[in-house]
Amino acid sequence: MGESGSGKTVTARSILGLLPDTAETSGAIWLEGTNVVGLSAGRMRSVRGRQASMVFQEPSAALNPVFPIWWQFAEGLRAHNPKLKRKELRRRIVEALKQVGIPDAEKRLDDYPHEFSGGQKQRIIIAMALAMGAELIIADEPTTALDVTVQAEILQLLRDIRDTHGTSIILITHNMGVVADLADSVLVMYRGEVVERDWVRELFANPRHPYTRQLLAAVPRIGVKSASRDLGPEHLAELESREPVVVAEGLEVTYPGRLGSPPFRAVRGVDFTIHAGEVLGLVGESGSGKTTIGRAMAGLEAVTGGSLRVLGHEMRGFKERAFKPLRRQIGFVFQDPSTSFDPQLTIGECIEEPMVVHARDLSATERRDRVAKILEAVELPREYSRRFPHELSGGQRQRVSFARALVLEPTLLIADEPTSALDVSVQATVLELFTELQHRFGFASLFISHDLAVVDMLAHRVGVLFQGRLVELGTGSQVMSNPDDDYTQRLLASLPVPDPVEQAKRREFLRLAAGGS
Amino acid sequence: MTATPIADRRDPWYLRLPVVADLRRSAGLQRGMLIAGVIMTGLLLLVALFAPLLAPYSWAQTTADGVTFGAQQPPSAAHLLGTTVSGFDVLSRVIWGTRTAVAVICLAVVASLFIGVLLGLVSGYFGGWLDRILVMIADAVYAFPSLLLAIVLSIVISGGRSGALVGILAAAISITVVFIPQYFRVIRAETIRLKAEPFVESAKVIGAPVSRILFGHVFKNATRTLPLIFTLNASEAILTLAGLGFIGFGIEPTAAAEWGYDLNRSVADVTSGIWWTALFPGLAIVISVLGVTLVGESMNDLNDPRLRIRRRGRKAAARPRRRRDDFRHRCPRNGSPGADRAPGCELRHRLRRCPRRQRREPLRRPWRDPRDRGRIRVGQDSHRA
Repeated sequence: MGESGSGKTVTARSILGLLPDTAETSGAIWLEGTNVVGLSAGRMRSVRGRQASMVFQEPSAALNPVFPIWWQFAEGLRAHNPKLKRKELRRRIVEALKQVGIPDAEKRLDDYPHEFSGGQKQRIIIAMALAMGAELIIADEPTTALDVTVQAEILQLLRDIRDTHGTSIILITHNMGVVADLADSVLVMYRGEVVERDWVRELFANPRHPYTRQLLAAVPRIGVKSASRDLGPEHLAELESREPVVVAEGLEVTYPGRLGSPPFRAVRGVDFTIHAGEVLGLVGESGSGKTTIGRAMAGLEAVTGGSLRVLGHEMRGFKERAFKPLRRQIGFVFQDPSTSFDPQLTIGECIEEPMVVHARDLSATERRDRVAKILEAVELPREYSRRFPHELSGGQRQRVSFARALVLEPTLLIADEPTSALDVSVQATVLELFTELQHRFGFASLFISHDLAVVDMLAHRVGVLFQGRLVELGTGSQVMSNPDDDYTQRLLASLPVPDPVEQAKRREFLRLAAGGS
Repeated sequence: MTATPIADRRDPWYLRLPVVADLRRSAGLQRGMLIAGVIMTGLLLLVALFAPLLAPYSWAQTTADGVTFGAQQPPSAAHLLGTTVSGFDVLSRVIWGTRTAVAVICLAVVASLFIGVLLGLVSGYFGGWLDRILVMIADAVYAFPSLLLAIVLSIVISGGRSGALVGILAAAISITVVFIPQYFRVIRAETIRLKAEPFVESAKVIGAPVSRILFGHVFKNATRTLPLIFTLNASEAILTLAGLGFIGFGIEPTAAAEWGYDLNRSVADVTSGIWWTALFPGLAIVISVLGVTLVGESMNDLNDPRLRIRRRGRKAAARPRRRRDDFRHRCPRNGSPGADRAPGCELRHRLRRCPRRQRREPLRRPWRDPRDRGRIRVGQDSHRA
């Protein structure tokens, strides 16, 4: 494990010789008695697949969309055994697919990749590795692109494969929970070097290297720093009594369907209220409609049903001209800090943008002063205003993103997964910053995330979305510790905790629950 | 991130100009191609600029000091490249012809650039029925052979042939119409892509007016590829102009010099062994088109990191002999002889020691864009969900 840029992917890729041409490898990698460093392309090909196979992060990108999956299996199998008969081929593929739990394997063999879900695609790729008889599976962030509940299933599958086939697995991940769940021994990488290697229980219990300690401390855990734990009923009553900033009643957002197909209902009748100075966390898996709600509040998505009142303005059938004066009261932080800035503008110009649009009476020097002040507030040196976005790291860019959203001191901040593109340790500092800024500026906020632990750290109240419906809404600690809804319970149980002992217990519980139902 | 930037923003402005910046980061064969193209294009522009000084006679002159030149005279001291069937001096007409060519290129490409970019921005950003109609028209124009369209337009505009300005305008406008769809398409596609980028959305959330988004954010980011199409189209413009002239829809020979017309008139000469009337206007066309195309093509390759040749050989192993024999005792930095490999340093590490600087220097440094400095893209970690 390690953070981005620590060299974990490069290390794993060098085993299969998948490095770009510009990279150079020295030293040795021993794979079953052969040194694969400097192996000729032909010999390397025979190693790939048979001895070691790779599972990529993005399952949809790893499968060729124009061929049925049996073809993609066959390609690998025939490469090592060209004389394979078609019947034998199909038998082997079906067997492999059955092993990874694809239902109806005989029929689904002829399907194309897009007919499978993300989790199933990842299963298929693992099945390919199995069919080739790979003795080593290199899984590069195999669950990062998947939802938590699917992630739990894939991890279980990898564990079963190890148990039944004795396959070795190199699991590359930045997620401590996944490590705690699957790994036997752990290797921590930092800036291209291995800083610690230990058995998983030992590592999580007594991390020796300071970097490992820092990494483990940065992982958000449910209930550890909960924002809502210390909120007494009187606090809640006080929050409730404040003026509502956002009121959603039976909110619906539908996307028009293609010709002949029904429209897609992304959000189906959601009710919630955000009071002044309150942080509402919205959690859900991908496709649950959480981002759509955030975008609808900013007027980026049309509200098609129910009612959504933002700062007293009805968003259903809204006119940009009427809403524009209210925009200075709204800040928006986007998910991906690398694309949310105009690459041609300096950081200073980016932050000035809202002032140029809304506060035209400010002089250039006043604007610059405010930019410097807000940069200080997000803990960046004021010299950064002359830099360009690409010269900043992801965490710094996300700070600038907060600065831009807050420079006009809005009453409402919509944060759409602001930390999901960041590393754990960076995420921790950005979350801290968010809490501090929230105390300082006192804005109301909708905080969207797929990570329950992150939301628990920040939000006073938490809403859980599932397929466009709000299945649960309550104070953070209540939702996390006493979930009413089935889905919330499942979500909480699937979340791997960064503690191997605790995680082993949870896994057992999850398996019993799955077996019982 | 979008296309790779051409140069670091902190370089002085003249180093950031498209061709100059490309020249600085080019290497190997690509550099040769680019330099050759720049020289040829520069020659074209210089000759056009100083035509009155360079040309011995005017383009429509048939007599000098009361003496007629005579038709189809072979090259001589008085007429370095001979005379044409109409008794014009070939050299003078070739030199004056550069003016016509450059004027048409500038007018045509600049006009189509402005109109095409504007339409592309508006059409791509707003979409809807306007977009659909504009795309349909652009497709319709595409469907026509460009020369046919240019002929039709030149008839419409000037009734076939006419004086210098009207003739140049007619040629320029007909070329413009053919080129607008190209700019339109490129800019529209970029605009549609940029429209969905979060930074444009964030400008929307801020409440920035549409004009600011369109011309402030989208325009700046959408026009990066333009210098490229510009050069490629310029060469096509020369060809279209020459084609028009050759078919006879160009400019009157007395109004301005034009290579295509001269070629047309020299068709009959070729069979009778008179080579100079066809060769030189033809060469002029070839050199100017080749020059501009070379510039455009190498810029195209340089803009694509996959096609770009790196400054210090891609694979060191590809030229082991040279390495071992010639450069063994040479400092990689300043080329001073006498520097030997550092003791204990294996050859494959490619580390040499330079006696003057006394520091180890990796010989093989892949060229990298300043923007990518310090960032290694392997693909997996960069876009984690």
